[in-house]
Amino acid sequence: MDFNALGACFTTPACVVTQATSGLIVGMLLFLVAAGLTLIFGVLKIVNFAHGTFYMLGGYVAYSAYVATDSYALAVLAGAVAMALFGVLFERVLMSRVYGSNVLMQLLVCYAVVLIFDDIVKIVWGPEFRAMGMPAAFQVPPLFIAGGVVPPFYAVLIGIAALIAIVLSLGLSRTRLGKTVRAAAVNPQMVSALGVNTTVLFAIVFAIGGGLAGLAGALAGPVRSLSPGMGFSILIEGFIVTVIGGMGSIAGAMVAALIIGLVRGFGTIGFPGFTDGLIYIVMIGILVLRPQGLFGRPL
Amino acid sequence: MSGPVTRRTLLAGGTATLVAAPWVARAQANTLRIGMQSILSGPIALLGTSSRNSLLIEQDRINAAGGFLGRQIEFVFRDSKGQPQEAARVARELVNTAGCELLVDAEASSASFAVQEVMRDLNVACIHTNSETSSLTADPKIRVPTAFRVARQGVHDAVAGSLYLADFANAKKINKWATCSPDYAYGRDTTAQYLQFFKKFKPDVEVVTEAWPKLGQPDFTEVITKLIQAKPQALFTLLYAGDLSAFVNQGNVYALFGQMTVATPNVDYPVLAAIKNLPAGIQSATRYLETFPDTPANKEWGQAYFKRWNERPTNWSWQNSVAMHFYEAAIKKANSLDGKAIAAALTGLKINSPFGADGTITMRDDHTTIGYAIGWGQTIPKDPFITDIKPADWGKIIELETEWKKQQNYS
Repeated sequence: MDFNALGACFTTPACVVTQATSGLIVGMLLFLVAAGLTLIFGVLKIVNFAHGTFYMLGGYVAYSAYVATDSYALAVLAGAVAMALFGVLFERVLMSRVYGSNVLMQLLVCYAVVLIFDDIVKIVWGPEFRAMGMPAAFQVPPLFIAGGVVPPFYAVLIGIAALIAIVLSLGLSRTRLGKTVRAAAVNPQMVSALGVNTTVLFAIVFAIGGGLAGLAGALAGPVRSLSPGMGFSILIEGFIVTVIGGMGSIAGAMVAALIIGLVRGFGTIGFPGFTDGLIYIVMIGILVLRPQGLFGRPL
Repeated sequence: MSGPVTRRTLLAGGTATLVAAPWVARAQANTLRIGMQSILSGPIALLGTSSRNSLLIEQDRINAAGGFLGRQIEFVFRDSKGQPQEAARVARELVNTAGCELLVDAEASSASFAVQEVMRDLNVACIHTNSETSSLTADPKIRVPTAFRVARQGVHDAVAGSLYLADFANAKKINKWATCSPDYAYGRDTTAQYLQFFKKFKPDVEVVTEAWPKLGQPDFTEVITKLIQAKPQALFTLLYAGDLSAFVNQGNVYALFGQMTVATPNVDYPVLAAIKNLPAGIQSATRYLETFPDTPANKEWGQAYFKRWNERPTNWSWQNSVAMHFYEAAIKKANSLDGKAIAAALTGLKINSPFGADGTITMRDDHTTIGYAIGWGQTIPKDPFITDIKPADWGKIIELETEWKKQQNYS
């Protein structure tokens, strides 16, 4: 622990700006993954253990699209759309068959999908890492705000993720579909009895969840290495965010993702070598005080 | 061919199989199986795949030349994912179940130590081809009679790199350094060795911060911003493969390489190719380069590898190739596949090699190789990627390694 360094950082605007930006980018990408995870759990009460696979495939699809078109925008779109479609397929072909089953059966199905697609990725893209590279438009020097470093690429990513959070939030609260999804999260039987086609609704929820995870994988493509099995580490952090925020709460996922991002950003200064441990301590602390998570319904 | 399978064809096929079975079995029994285990998936799968590629080239070459003791060789590859427990299990399985009579342990250090312990119980020869952690063979308590290392070694690189970097740092008046290395045995031990020698050659070196990201960590943002906050003049890193590529790509976003000089001994061709915007002026060791040693034999080997795999070799590729050259020479000398006989033949063995600093590489009595080419230079964004290469002085390396071993009570 280095409290002196942490104290010095908090009193230096340059350090605060740099570390906060770093925390925001980690948090926002995490939010995109966790939002889908928590949405699916909120409506279907299913813990999608295969969610990391959506993130991984989104990154790989974006990589191939980028190689083919040299357009980052098209690559991101391809990653998100492909994973939305894959989400529908995954829900219709596999998950719909294990609704209401034992959680172990759901876990088994998800785990099988993880293993199968890790191997498919190895066959299609090879077992070695792949790197998309930074699009030409973002090969620019970083901005310096109050002496702190803010990379333009990360500023754009944070903006996109924030925009999606707003759209998601407004969509869920203001649109008919959003209200139906929220109603289904509370009482799916009643929603069905009122004539809503829950089959389509559930597929849409998986499409949104998968699309968001695919988007996160695609957005991160230029800076993170792509490799088979890469979805696993993001899945663990996605779960931490979901649990801290409250299972099923989008707002909770946003707040929790930002907490995790900022803990990482500043923890690396004050607690070098213990940043991962710090995240779990934060999680334990929050769950002791609020077992249902920050925005979750009481258990 | 199509059509229904009749009882007659089924019987004919069955009879043919029965007749042929002993021949097939005999042919299989006569094949010498060699187990190879490594990390064959994940962000540092390059370590395993470039090792495997090299071994497959060796398999073809050796078989075309008549095999080992008249037996054709066949590799059995296993992916341990670099996990020590899995690596230990795989090593036993390769020998006890798959019937392998020789082992090539192409694991990273995280798993090689586990394999080393398993070797104590198995009377087969094993060559570690990728573990660079010095203690694997330098520490007599860890050394195993039938296990050898054909790979560059941390302490050798540390001496060579520190001498080069001390000259570089003196010329550029750089004394504030940061380190960023993977958080496991290799990263920790080798960083400590570099710093020990670096401080010996340049006593005013100050390490202002250290970062220890996990192996395969997807995001280095927090590490990069921490480095920026510490304001070092230079960064020393032991990250490699996909981790190094991700670190450089993420570092570029923060213009990290404009803020500090970077030194790394771990730049391989495929990593250089994967880093889309390789910054110029990174001080780098030559892991494998077709132009170092600048000899026709080395160039020919590099180009043959490229022709076969459509990608360029890594440091791990040449190490695995040399391991097979050592096996070939030792088995011929021992005229046996027995682990102890091969061990006796390997000890002190000197072979000609395109990767030797003077055209030869020697297996020293302490079961590790010396004399391989080590050089340091600086990166440029295009082929040959590293220029102005200064070869290391092996006399100095051996002298300081001996001193280091005494300090560690290894000899």
